Amino acid sequence: MSQSTDFSLAELIVTAASEAWRGNGEVLASGAGGPLTRLGASLAKLTHTPELLMTDSEAYLVEEPIPLGPRGDYKPKFSGHLPFSRVFDCVWRGLRHAMTGPVQIDRWGQTNLSMIGSDFRKPKIQQLGVRGLPGNTINHMNSMWVANHSTRVFVEGEVDMVGGVGYNKARWPAGVKQDYVDLRLIVSNLCVLDFEGPDHAIQVRSLHPGVTFEEVQAATGFPLLKSPSMKETLHPTAEQLAIIRRLDPHNIRAAMLKDNPPGIRAA
Amino acid sequence: MNKQMTAGDVVAQLKSGMTIGIGGWGPRRKPMSLVREILRSDLKDLTLVAYGGPEVGMLWAAGKLKKVIYGFVSLDAIPQEPYYRKARQAGAIDVVELDEGMLTWGLRAAGMRLPFLPTRVGLGTDVMTYNPEFKTITSPYADGEVLLAMPALNLDVALIHVNRSDKLGNTQIDGPDPYFDDQFARAAEKCFVSTEELVDRMDFSHPDTAKQNLFERYLVTGVVHAPFGAHPTSFPPMYGWDMDHMKKYAASAAEEDGWDKYVAEYVTGGEDAYLEKAGGAERVKNLKLPVF
Repeated sequence: MSQSTDFSLAELIVTAASEAWRGNGEVLASGAGGPLTRLGASLAKLTHTPELLMTDSEAYLVEEPIPLGPRGDYKPKFSGHLPFSRVFDCVWRGLRHAMTGPVQIDRWGQTNLSMIGSDFRKPKIQQLGVRGLPGNTINHMNSMWVANHSTRVFVEGEVDMVGGVGYNKARWPAGVKQDYVDLRLIVSNLCVLDFEGPDHAIQVRSLHPGVTFEEVQAATGFPLLKSPSMKETLHPTAEQLAIIRRLDPHNIRAAMLKDNPPGIRAA
Repeated sequence: MNKQMTAGDVVAQLKSGMTIGIGGWGPRRKPMSLVREILRSDLKDLTLVAYGGPEVGMLWAAGKLKKVIYGFVSLDAIPQEPYYRKARQAGAIDVVELDEGMLTWGLRAAGMRLPFLPTRVGLGTDVMTYNPEFKTITSPYADGEVLLAMPALNLDVALIHVNRSDKLGNTQIDGPDPYFDDQFARAAEKCFVSTEELVDRMDFSHPDTAKQNLFERYLVTGVVHAPFGAHPTSFPPMYGWDMDHMKKYAASAAEEDGWDKYVAEYVTGGEDAYLEKAGGAERVKNLKLPVF
């Protein structure tokens, strides 16, 4: 499949995000970090991993990923029922891979969606709460999406409120089962990171076109490793772009990154 | 047997200091007419257990809350509940922040009259740090795994909004997701439902949809007829959330005397006046369901 050069950064990110679910088989794919992650999960199902389960983002399972936004004449066809109570059944059984959009991530992969500040009782900025992060991260595969790769998100020390668990040994009391913690990818506006360094250290897996390792490191509050196979993030193919455009007929993806930058930076 | 009562009758059975569970999920299918009746009361020091939506901010703004136990608080399209954020950032409210699954697990423990249920969820996170009363337990079997003993969330009262109920307390919920309303009902000493449609006998009127019945009538103490009682939250499949109303509510949090003005405009006059202020039955009925 030929690579295209005419694509937006958002489209590149959707393509990179879809890789998180490659080969996962029959698990629930939840693009829970906004439109780009949902497009990523949908793209995965429609290309390399058709076994994935998906929902209508409300309460029903579907075999055909649902386009974003107002649906016009499109009527989703339901294959099963997955209300929130059954989502928890799915989570606790470990049959899910979610991609969320936390507000902070630390070097151990711990994530925060709760609050910013040093005092939990009086946050500087209140966020949503831990939501499902504790249950997701201790039970099944997880990936993350970061729209603005910066030291505010990739913090130097621990995140302000650990909602999602990671590989910080100090956080794990003896006897607590860590076997199901399985952090996969972090997709940002600059690069793709993984946890495949020594002791799950975070490393740069690929750099988006025109981005340097030094630029990513400068925007990250902790030292990064380079993957031995570090390369440029794969460009979306014409087939992938056609699917993304069909799944996002209102071009919601264009509003997900400031100024909707092109996928290949202008020199 | 006739469990029909008014919202005023329900609130008369509540006492300051009680722990109250509220069904629904964020800005979806909340028993808002009952919440507004609490806003009109002199109740205080309540502990609220919820997948939180506008009821959290409203009850806090009205000075009714001592504590909130929640998995999240959000208005979905308005991610941050405005008064809840204000309360948190002022350090003005006592909270127990839980994983969403931990909350239902605590309700299940209460519903089964158990002191706790074991789970892995929450271990390794700051949920343990900020809730030091949570204890772990070691599996007595060969695995010896250390688990969190999620304590029961025993409710004095649960408040739930349903599509229809009969006067005996048989209820039906039509929306695609029943959320955890059945668990709230089971965890409570008393459960009061508000209902869009009230019939004498479900078996006479709606026997074909009996599968929409999610909890038994012995759990239901009282039934309040409250058409459009979920407004401004969504009520699938009948009506969507009222985002214009919620935007106005959210904006009031940043205005001087904003809450007092909101109360004067929408709450004080009672539910008939509320519906008129919300644009009337015809408008609410036609509010579009959200597309996710």
